[in-house]
Amino acid sequence: MVGIVAGGAYIPLWRLSRGAIGEGLGGEKAIAGFDEDSITMAVAATADCLTGFDREAVDGLFLATTTSPYKEKLGASIVATAADLRRDIITADFSNSIRAGTIALRAAVDAVKSGSARQVVVVAADCRLGMPGSIWESNCGDGAVAFLIGAFGVIAEVEETYSVCDDIMDVWRTEDDRFIRSWENRFITSEGYGRISREAVSGLIRNCNLTERDFSRAVLGIPDPRTQAAVAKGLGFDVRTGLQDSMSLQCGDTGAAYSLMLLQGALEDSVPNDRCLVLSYGNGGDAMAVRVTAHITDRKGNRGIKGCLESKKVIEDYRVYARWRGLLPAERPARLAGLASSPAQWRESEENTRLYGGKCSVCGTVQYPPQKVCTRCHTRGQSESIRLSDKKGRLYTYAIDYTSWTPEIASITAIVNFEGGGRIECPMVDATEEELKVDMPVNMSFRKLDFREEEGINIYSWKCVPARG
Amino acid sequence: MGNIKDKVAIIGMGCTTFGERWDMGPYDLIIEACYEAFEDAGIEPGEIEAGWFASLVSGFTGSRLSNALKLEYIPVTRVENFCSGGLHALANACYAVASGACDVALACGVEKLKDREVGFALSPDPVDSSKGVVPGPPASMFAHIAVRYFHHHGWDVEEGKRILAQISAKSHHNGTLNPRAHFQREVTVEQVMKAPMVVHPLGLLDCCGVSDGCAAAIVVPAHKAGDFRDDSVLIKAFGFNSGASQALLQDDYDFLHIQENIEAAKAAYRQAGITDPRSEIDVAQVHDCFSIHELILYEELGFSAPGTAREDVAAGTFALDGELPVNTDGGLKCFGHPVSASGLRMTYEIYKQLQEKAGPRQVKNARTGLVHNAGGKVGSLNAAVAVYGRRD
Repeated sequence: MVGIVAGGAYIPLWRLSRGAIGEGLGGEKAIAGFDEDSITMAVAATADCLTGFDREAVDGLFLATTTSPYKEKLGASIVATAADLRRDIITADFSNSIRAGTIALRAAVDAVKSGSARQVVVVAADCRLGMPGSIWESNCGDGAVAFLIGAFGVIAEVEETYSVCDDIMDVWRTEDDRFIRSWENRFITSEGYGRISREAVSGLIRNCNLTERDFSRAVLGIPDPRTQAAVAKGLGFDVRTGLQDSMSLQCGDTGAAYSLMLLQGALEDSVPNDRCLVLSYGNGGDAMAVRVTAHITDRKGNRGIKGCLESKKVIEDYRVYARWRGLLPAERPARLAGLASSPAQWRESEENTRLYGGKCSVCGTVQYPPQKVCTRCHTRGQSESIRLSDKKGRLYTYAIDYTSWTPEIASITAIVNFEGGGRIECPMVDATEEELKVDMPVNMSFRKLDFREEEGINIYSWKCVPARG
Repeated sequence: MGNIKDKVAIIGMGCTTFGERWDMGPYDLIIEACYEAFEDAGIEPGEIEAGWFASLVSGFTGSRLSNALKLEYIPVTRVENFCSGGLHALANACYAVASGACDVALACGVEKLKDREVGFALSPDPVDSSKGVVPGPPASMFAHIAVRYFHHHGWDVEEGKRILAQISAKSHHNGTLNPRAHFQREVTVEQVMKAPMVVHPLGLLDCCGVSDGCAAAIVVPAHKAGDFRDDSVLIKAFGFNSGASQALLQDDYDFLHIQENIEAAKAAYRQAGITDPRSEIDVAQVHDCFSIHELILYEELGFSAPGTAREDVAAGTFALDGELPVNTDGGLKCFGHPVSASGLRMTYEIYKQLQEKAGPRQVKNARTGLVHNAGGKVGSLNAAVAVYGRRD
């Protein structure tokens, strides 16, 4: 049996009140912080998914996103490194369609079935931009989801998949587009969402010898809640009880991550032998039959969709969002954080991307960054690597800087002490000034430290955030 | 262990007015300070045998000093140690004189910060890490100390700020007595507390000025100082050290003090033979880049017993008419802080105090003076303490 062994999610802490976009618009959309992108959200979802699992046992990572910060450079390799997976694994990016999430999932299931990998992480993340004032700006949200696919300890078996390939100019971006383009909504709804959903679902049901009644829940990753309800109703589901909530009021349409986020949400509420009908859309469609097993009750305590939705900070000022997304011209930063150096980034990947500290084998002192000569006993070259990214921490002391020109309202630097030893100086984000307290619990979060526009280099690094709900 | 005590004497000093010197470039500042020093020493520029030149952003080699003064083929070396460059330039000149390598040496520190939009902060840090340094102004690391210090002593932000504000108000008063200071106006404790926040919990008036300026000193072997003047000032001690990031690498480092400062003072007191700094030091200029630094320095330099700086501040111990006047010239807070010039500026004030030429700021019976200068980052601070004494 091959399927989902574990699932995790990440929704940014920040929500933009839709009322800030336009009067009368309801609910909130999840928005990536100023220093978040699809890569950083994917790292957070992967970490949530792998809580309590052995990262050494993962043989591959597939990243699905339409918003990789790079056109040429593998996002999956950044995510796998930050998630501290092994080096001898297969990494691949699945892109160019909001269906990329289920495409990657299907590829991972096939890889495990074929025996080419024992466990593969499928992680999907997106933060797509709608033109200011457009329906896409209002509807799209940012988020990520990750599944560990394997053959043992499966909590949800992927029983059958049916795919439809369709060439349609409904929603697209050219190589140079920042914002989503689309054709008339009536056309997309009728000949896109509607027709493809029916075609994919009927194909799936035909292939696996099931009827609509064999499914307890419809997980319809169609980026339009009204079409979701219409399709569910057409298939005979009770829209109130049998259709997975679209998250449209709390999060929005998360692109390539959307259908899998809905599935993760469904699994968090599932009992053994539930069966989900999963549908994802984008230049065709993927339909999947996913059966929940008895292992669903063993789930480890990770955050998941529910935990992410419950902890949030709402922004009412559109200008904050506009500044974060670069929609408004901004002052240049007051300080350069040093020069980007590709060799130095490569050389220091373990300390900066994997967030390894060093533990002195002689005196046991944990130190970050790892030292060639121990800070305490001065022994040379006797340090073993220790992953700090998943350690809990306490805010030892902090400073709130009101002078630097950053997209933040105030930028915070922190000294964090880790449970089990070690200390890091790092920026602190996702915090408001009022909540800061000496010794408050914090976690580490992979973020963009800097983007060097002239050089086209993203510098990623770990920051601390207040421990989230 | 070696000792620099009584081997070298300062025979001349100069110091420009600090501040926003829009009409002056680095060469102009160097010439203003060095020619004051030449006149003070009664020598010609051609008598200088070697130079040490400190600058963070206003000159990358010793040639900057040679170019300004038209020094003729003598060795000049740039010394860089961030905010403590000035005192290190002086020390290198003194070490050369003490060794006999030369007899008349010049130390000069200059900074033309106001040619840059945000002072020295736009200069990129050297690539010693692929992610660069954690972004944040220098105030951040002292705010780290202030937050933890307040927490440790159980002070809320208001109480902590009120204690710090007394230090800034004291320095502003001293600044009004100094025509060369960047800021020459009184401020009240309330004004300091209500000033706009720069880096929580430090407000604008907890922070020193970003200034242009230059200071210079001429040193000779102590036994030859009498050839130049009777009231030369003796080097009694130089205590220097550089931290090795202990504060950031060791999770039990408390952020209530800066060990580099303590070690620098210890080394200096050993050389000068000082056992009770509070009674043996008559006047001090310390590195008050931020008010919290001056507060903890009172304890680190042994002026106040650990944990009692607050009481001494309240008692006026460090005021101009107090038991141990500190930052009599206004300090970094009011005289201003042109990075590499500051260590020499502090020395200039002590030099004048020991010569009894400090005018309205003159401390009575000033016989032994201390300078504390520091540059870098908490944990890897380059701390420098100098002790100077009169000849008699």
